[in-house]
Amino acid sequence: MSDTPITYVRDTMLPQQAPPTSEVGPVRWARENLFSSPMNAILTILSLYIVYTVISHVGPWLINGIWDADSLSECREIIAAKGDGHHSAACFGVITARWHQLVFGYYPSELYWRPVLALLVFFVGIAPVLFPSLPRKLFIVSMVAPFLCFWLLWGGSIWLPISIALGFGVGVVAFKLLSVSVSSLVAIIGAILLPLIYWLYLSGPLAAGLASIVPLGIEFVPSRSFGGFMLSIVIGLSAIVISLPLGILLALGRQSDLFIIKTCAVVFIEVIRGVPLIVWLFTAQLLLNYFLPPGSNFDLTLRVIIMVTLFASAYIAEVVRGGLAALPKGQYEGGDSLGLNYWQSMQLIILPQALKISIPGIVNTFIGLFKDTTLVVFIGLFDPLGIASAIRATTEWNGIYWELFLFIGIMFFISCFSMGRYSLYLEKKLQREHR
Amino acid sequence: MSTLTDPPKPGFRLSQLIYDTRYRSITIQVIALALIVAAFWWLGNNTVNNLNALGKDFNFGFLNSAAGYDINQKLIEYNNQMSHGRAALVGILNTLLVAFLGCIAALIIGVFVGVLRLSKNWVVSKLMAVYVEGFRNVPLLIWILLIGAVMSESMPQPREFRGENATQSMYFSDNVAVTNRGIWIPRIGFTNSVSGEEAVAPVEGAAAVASGGLDWLLVLGTLGLSLFAMRLVRQRADRIQQATGERPTTWYQRLGLLIIPVGIVLFLLGATIVSPYLKGFNFTEGIHLRNSLIALWFALSLYTGAFIAEIVRAGILAVSKGQSEAAAALGIQPSRTMNLVILPQAMRVIIPPLISQFLNLTKNSSLAIAVGYMDVRATLGGITINQTGRELEGMLLMGAFYLALSLVISGGMNYYNRSTQLAER
Amino acid sequence: MKKTVFFGALTVAGLTAGMASAATLDDVKARGSLNCGVTTGLVGFAAPDAEGVWEGFDVGVCRAVAAAIFGDPTAVEFVPTTGQTRFTALASGEIDLLARNTTWTMSRDVDLKFEFVGVNYYDGQGFLVPKALGVTSAKELDGATVCIQTGTTTELNLADFFRVNDISYEPVPIETNAEGQQQYLAGACDVYTTDASGLAATRATFENPADHVLLPEIISKEPLGPLVRHGDNEWGDIARWTLNALITAEELGVTSENIEELAATPGNNPEVNRLLGTEGELGAQLGLDADWAKNAIAAGGNYGELFDNNIGENTSIGLARGLNAQWTDGGLIYSPPFR
Repeated sequence: MSDTPITYVRDTMLPQQAPPTSEVGPVRWARENLFSSPMNAILTILSLYIVYTVISHVGPWLINGIWDADSLSECREIIAAKGDGHHSAACFGVITARWHQLVFGYYPSELYWRPVLALLVFFVGIAPVLFPSLPRKLFIVSMVAPFLCFWLLWGGSIWLPISIALGFGVGVVAFKLLSVSVSSLVAIIGAILLPLIYWLYLSGPLAAGLASIVPLGIEFVPSRSFGGFMLSIVIGLSAIVISLPLGILLALGRQSDLFIIKTCAVVFIEVIRGVPLIVWLFTAQLLLNYFLPPGSNFDLTLRVIIMVTLFASAYIAEVVRGGLAALPKGQYEGGDSLGLNYWQSMQLIILPQALKISIPGIVNTFIGLFKDTTLVVFIGLFDPLGIASAIRATTEWNGIYWELFLFIGIMFFISCFSMGRYSLYLEKKLQREHR
Repeated sequence: MSTLTDPPKPGFRLSQLIYDTRYRSITIQVIALALIVAAFWWLGNNTVNNLNALGKDFNFGFLNSAAGYDINQKLIEYNNQMSHGRAALVGILNTLLVAFLGCIAALIIGVFVGVLRLSKNWVVSKLMAVYVEGFRNVPLLIWILLIGAVMSESMPQPREFRGENATQSMYFSDNVAVTNRGIWIPRIGFTNSVSGEEAVAPVEGAAAVASGGLDWLLVLGTLGLSLFAMRLVRQRADRIQQATGERPTTWYQRLGLLIIPVGIVLFLLGATIVSPYLKGFNFTEGIHLRNSLIALWFALSLYTGAFIAEIVRAGILAVSKGQSEAAAALGIQPSRTMNLVILPQAMRVIIPPLISQFLNLTKNSSLAIAVGYMDVRATLGGITINQTGRELEGMLLMGAFYLALSLVISGGMNYYNRSTQLAER
Repeated sequence: MKKTVFFGALTVAGLTAGMASAATLDDVKARGSLNCGVTTGLVGFAAPDAEGVWEGFDVGVCRAVAAAIFGDPTAVEFVPTTGQTRFTALASGEIDLLARNTTWTMSRDVDLKFEFVGVNYYDGQGFLVPKALGVTSAKELDGATVCIQTGTTTELNLADFFRVNDISYEPVPIETNAEGQQQYLAGACDVYTTDASGLAATRATFENPADHVLLPEIISKEPLGPLVRHGDNEWGDIARWTLNALITAEELGVTSENIEELAATPGNNPEVNRLLGTEGELGAQLGLDADWAKNAIAAGGNYGELFDNNIGENTSIGLARGLNAQWTDGGLIYSPPFR
């Protein structure tokens, strides 16, 4: 009926009401995230209990830590003087007193700037590899960096790294000349043989001669003085850098059509990967002398670097092989159809793409390798764990335990975690670029 | 007059070895082979010269001489008068044991953590993330040392169980002892042993028991037969289901087949549970799971578990969301979706990297000496080499063992992988 | 015989250690420093301090040999070795002298082809137990858990001891002394066994040393001494007579304090004069300077001073001289005469 008066019509909307407390804020968040089902509730409570137990045990020990003590007995006296049942407290005094050894080993303290500078040089050197947006000319820095790092770390005459670097120049020149005049195969053989001959017979006298004419150099530091994280980094980085070319060659060898080359690459990779690193390190320590001419002897650190390099090259080879396999077949065929020979198509088409895909894998290999450098403690080198036991063998700090391992563990965590994040970021970026 | 289409002249010129692609590959391979042979000859020659210079020879006779040292954990009979070869075998078995246990535990931990890390529960997923990142980014050696030290520091010493006012007591009505030297659990002994081994009373007044290998063989044989019979029952049920569409209830038959024969055999052999008890400095009897084994096992499986968790997580994320939505649409309970739909598909992505993690775990077990676990690296590659000075032979044997183990594991797992992999279309 | 090997260039940098050759002394002199193998760290015997300077009883022997050759006790490169790596390091020529509390045994001397040049510490394997255990003799240790360092003679001695006494034990092998200490203190083993000197040194650093006792049994003879490779007798002589010079110096009362005076104004004791090179040709016979022994003694003092400063009763380690007293005091330390 139209004439019936409409008794009530709402002409304004009701104001919005606040949602019930169980549906907002922390409560809702907790309900949805922590207690959505009985199972979840149990898990939550269990997890919180675990966290509580750990914190209640470790927390006071950490917070009461003594940072200014020169020996364990002094530290114990301070704790005892505090009294009131604070029996458990960390003695971080060992870290304030000995942190320089944990980081640099027995490197002369007035020369600490050299390893630091070497690390910086290394970072500058790999920057053009990691950030393609940088100008190409920086690759010259990348080429010089390894020799500069070597010189900064070990010191001695500047002519030695220069004369060694010249060997690579000899190789490049030989390759260029021979590939124009004879053939690429001869050129490759020449580019391998000539530098070897140069290094074996010429570079030493050349360096010595130049050094006697123009004695330029910095204080020589024997590798025995290397230790702590510096040693880990030196072994890890030099192994990964030197193993890259080796690993690429092995990966190419494994994909090769040539039966003997392929077999050799497969056997090498599988043998190296099938045996634990610690066995290889013992081989470096105990057996390498058997395999070299009688009377010759290497510095142990150098032997370890060689062994770890061979070890890493097998892993890098597998990473690179993954990168090679990930390239579409058309890329290989494209190279062939342009009439490029094997090395040209590898160098110009395949490897640049395959290596780019492999970078996260290479970073991960490095993380693994960096962690594995702790194993050198078993053959008497002073990596962080070795330094820790040497510190525990002094009268001042005999009997200290957790603080050192905690410090070493945290240092490793920080470096490995950040590198891991970086490799994840790279992976994501690569995925985006591919789509 | 020659044209471009002339066939190549017959006859062979030396330069073809370099320029002709048909022959060049042979040239390269021959050169490579020659280089490799030369390198091996050089190494071998040096080794012979060095051995001569040191007045040493190359023989494996030391494996037969008396070892002279004791090993705490031995799965086969061993004492210090037995040979170095026997000691190496004890070490090999210990390596295999910890690698086997570690792989299983790492897989279980990895799957659980990988699934829980994707949980919507904030606390749980963050805790799992902390675990995974913590273990992945700190060297294994540090974890082994820390876990070993935590275990020996935090658990009670055996002497705390002793006396009237003992501060500690055993668990499960005095059957399990947890100490900082390891965990003692009861074992099964046989009063009517058939192995002819001398039976000894564990406690004065108790029945004499022996635990011969033959007894266990009998029990295992029975178990095998039972399992075979159970399979027959299942196949029969399958046939009936195929024929009639109705599946007969068989679970009680199968359960009976599993339990009753083994039970009878155990009863006939007079199986009794022998509990550990405190005697002198330590607990005796029962099975002693040593601290070194537990610490190494924990450390290896927690470390590798963290890596496996990431692999599992990646595998699960690789299964498209449509799969779980489809499962929901079909009315599959959310709690069973993971088991029935997601994990089986994720397995295809998971298995290849999983193999390499198992291999890593096996190889990493060589760090055993850090907690004093006597694996092959500690016996053959450690004490034996050190006492006999036979580093070349010892290292060769040890390397060969690890290589063979790796090849066997990767071969076996690859076979399994191929057989479970879906055929690509 | 020197060979330029692969990476021969690096020889120039001194990156490669010296070549092991027939004449170790020539190599050492050419290198300008002595490569001396020591432990990776054992309280009192060898450990680097906060500045990385090695000190300890074994280190003292290395320094004395370096001083005898170069007149400079700092011309030593200390090469830390583990129980497993020490012998290969010496055999391969990586080190010239191993001073790493190594027991002189027949098989090491004959089969492993080393030459022990003397004994600088007479030790024996002992047992350390907590007082609370109430054990007074090692024969009461039936069923005990024993911590031992692997790669040493101690594990063989231990096996023999328990077998001879027909009692059982549970070995817990450990890699380093520090680990052993931690395990023992945590109660993961009832007994810690190693050389008695090491046990005393370890106990000295405990929070409550009085709670632990050394059992009376010494189950083995452990003559610890420096060693060199077989086959280079001239080099062995230098190491042997440097050690003997330290011992003789104590016997004759020559100390690092009065040595300058004695050398400057030769007294009328002919043996002191021969020792210090003011009389006779002993140094030249070794191919060294006349004042070789004077330098060696001046480096860290005579045997007694080395002992007292590093491990003696006035140090925190607190070892008594015992067997290691001079023979004139009823000990076993005895040097052949300098003539």
